[in-house]
Amino acid sequence: MHVDLYEKFWMWLSGVLLALFAAAIIYTAAAQAIQPPSHVETIDPTTSRTDPRFVSLGVTETADGQQVVVMAQMFAFTPTEIRVTAGRPVTFRLTSPDVIHGFQIVGSNANTMVIPGYVSQYTITFNRPGEYLIVCNEYCGLGHHLMYGTLIVEAPGGEG
Amino acid sequence: MNERYRLPYANFTVAVLAFFVGACMALMQALSRADLPLPLRSEQIYYLSMTAHGVLMALVFTTFFIMGLGYVFARTTLGQDTVNERVGWISFFVALIGTVLTAGAILSGTSTVLYTFYPPLQAHPLFYIGAALLVVGSWIWCWLMIRAYRLWRRDHAEAAIPLAMHGMLTTVIVWILATVGIAIEVVGMLIPWSLGITTTIDPVLARTFFWWFGHPLVYFWLLPAYAVWYAVLPRVAGGRLFSDPLARVVFVLFILLSTPVGFHHQFADPGISAGWKLAHTFATLAILFPSLLTAFTIIASLEVAGRLRGGKGLFNWIARLPWDDPLVSCVILAMLTFAVGGFGGAINAAYAMNAMVHNTAWVQGHFHLTVGTAVALTFMGTAYWLLPRITGKELRLKPVAQVQPYLWVIGMGLFSIVNHVTGMMGMPRRVYDLSYGGSPVAAAWAEWTTISAVGGVVLFVSAMMFVLVVFATVVWGKVGQAPAFEYAVPLDPAEPRASVWDRMGLWTVAAAALVLIAYLYPILQLLSMERFGSIGWKPF
Repeated sequence: MHVDLYEKFWMWLSGVLLALFAAAIIYTAAAQAIQPPSHVETIDPTTSRTDPRFVSLGVTETADGQQVVVMAQMFAFTPTEIRVTAGRPVTFRLTSPDVIHGFQIVGSNANTMVIPGYVSQYTITFNRPGEYLIVCNEYCGLGHHLMYGTLIVEAPGGEG
Repeated sequence: MNERYRLPYANFTVAVLAFFVGACMALMQALSRADLPLPLRSEQIYYLSMTAHGVLMALVFTTFFIMGLGYVFARTTLGQDTVNERVGWISFFVALIGTVLTAGAILSGTSTVLYTFYPPLQAHPLFYIGAALLVVGSWIWCWLMIRAYRLWRRDHAEAAIPLAMHGMLTTVIVWILATVGIAIEVVGMLIPWSLGITTTIDPVLARTFFWWFGHPLVYFWLLPAYAVWYAVLPRVAGGRLFSDPLARVVFVLFILLSTPVGFHHQFADPGISAGWKLAHTFATLAILFPSLLTAFTIIASLEVAGRLRGGKGLFNWIARLPWDDPLVSCVILAMLTFAVGGFGGAINAAYAMNAMVHNTAWVQGHFHLTVGTAVALTFMGTAYWLLPRITGKELRLKPVAQVQPYLWVIGMGLFSIVNHVTGMMGMPRRVYDLSYGGSPVAAAWAEWTTISAVGGVVLFVSAMMFVLVVFATVVWGKVGQAPAFEYAVPLDPAEPRASVWDRMGLWTVAAAALVLIAYLYPILQLLSMERFGSIGWKPF
């Protein structure tokens, strides 16, 4: 098959470009552990409100940081307001008793689907104190746009 | 009307009607974005019109247009008798009945589930049954395309498949591989669940089958557009196709790589392990390659055209291109837009960066550049090219057709760039209202969205210009001599001969194997877990 010289050059250039993209992804995944939220854990959506894993919602202190348990349901996050400390790893655990929701903390990399029957979990550290908007970013019904919450990141030491 | 083109003409008619209604739905959404106190404005209407817009544009307009184009390509490149007319009408009516059922279910307000219809949102059973019939109709069409090719092959053992048809067969194969996923989801899961035969459904399993279908769906749209870029554009622009064999390589790469990529739509899903998401990421990056190759070949073909028309020097050939021909301007503008949309797509597919844009306005900005412009604008240009050839009528209101593509790109620029910007700022997609309790972050988005609303109105005007030209041509077009269907000739004068790149059966088998590798294990893994299904919800 005859391929024009310039086109060959272009093909190599395209190949190198894509290899660089792939390398960047491998590097960030391997060296910096940047992965999409991919936790595998199931839960019965009909009983999730009384499931021991989701009975006490909100923030608890753990050995190495904080854990936040959130229930996402039509059309609110419980709790609506979450307070965490800057500079410490925060592990979010979420589920839904009804339809699929999204949990996106605007201005951060926190962005996950919340799917009934499954538990979403991921860990993130907030370095900048301040007030963040949390939005549902998956259409969940006519009140979808009313589903939001607030994350308050307080400076360490509690002076907020 | 030429008897021979009645079947594609019927398909194009449904496509244009769906486009018309879909565009009207889009106008309502655009005006909502401007936050005007319009009469009838409500959550119900907003989310209903969004569902209708998505289904009519992405599924109905595209499918019927592509089926019509397939009949035209088969008849004009393989031979007039290769298409079985009667079966073609069966395909048409099955797909049409499906469309009417689904559209009816949406407009009745019982199926506001958006065009991704993720369970456990539950639509009316007729929504799913109609969608299934639309796909069944398209399967009959697929069979007709393959049959046409086989009939032709019997008498042309040594010849390369005519390039337009090569692209169309690629479309058919990608579609068959893709629709296996949606058939399992809709027929195996959603229909029995919506009818109450089963009580619960696993949303992650359903999403996995949906995206098995959902990503190759975009190549089902794009490949017929590429067939026009390769096989029609160079001819109309007055040039030659720069490389015929590489065009075939491109199409074959799409057969192989279109499907094993779906998890890049599920990066943010729980229940699917990171390793498989990463594997699908690499296949997604690989599929950028054939599009990069296409960019070279088409631009080189256009340069040949510009130079044959007297272009000199480095850039003068660009000015010599027939920018006033609506097919040429539509396709070139579609390509330029696609270059931007393609790189945006690389960002969506980037394993780590996805979290910054997932389900934000960025996503709708992205696919309005790709399917909404690269594909839709190419189809509009193709309609301007097809109409005189299948009806024998001269294009009416030609100046309108000449301006329309430019207006589309201006409107899309305003709409889409704003969506990319607000998406980066964190604005979620598919929301009726942006007030978020007076949040200052949300207020910053709202400053931008008025611009996207203006873009939406410009797009609506452009869409109506297209519909007007089609309507005027059909109703008032002067009957004359239909121009011949002429396809691009390669720069290399040697007659292309059948090569390994024409072995469609072989590539189909290879592609099916890749689909199995990409999906078998993750699906078995899902099935092997203790899972809890969801009942249906209708919060609309």
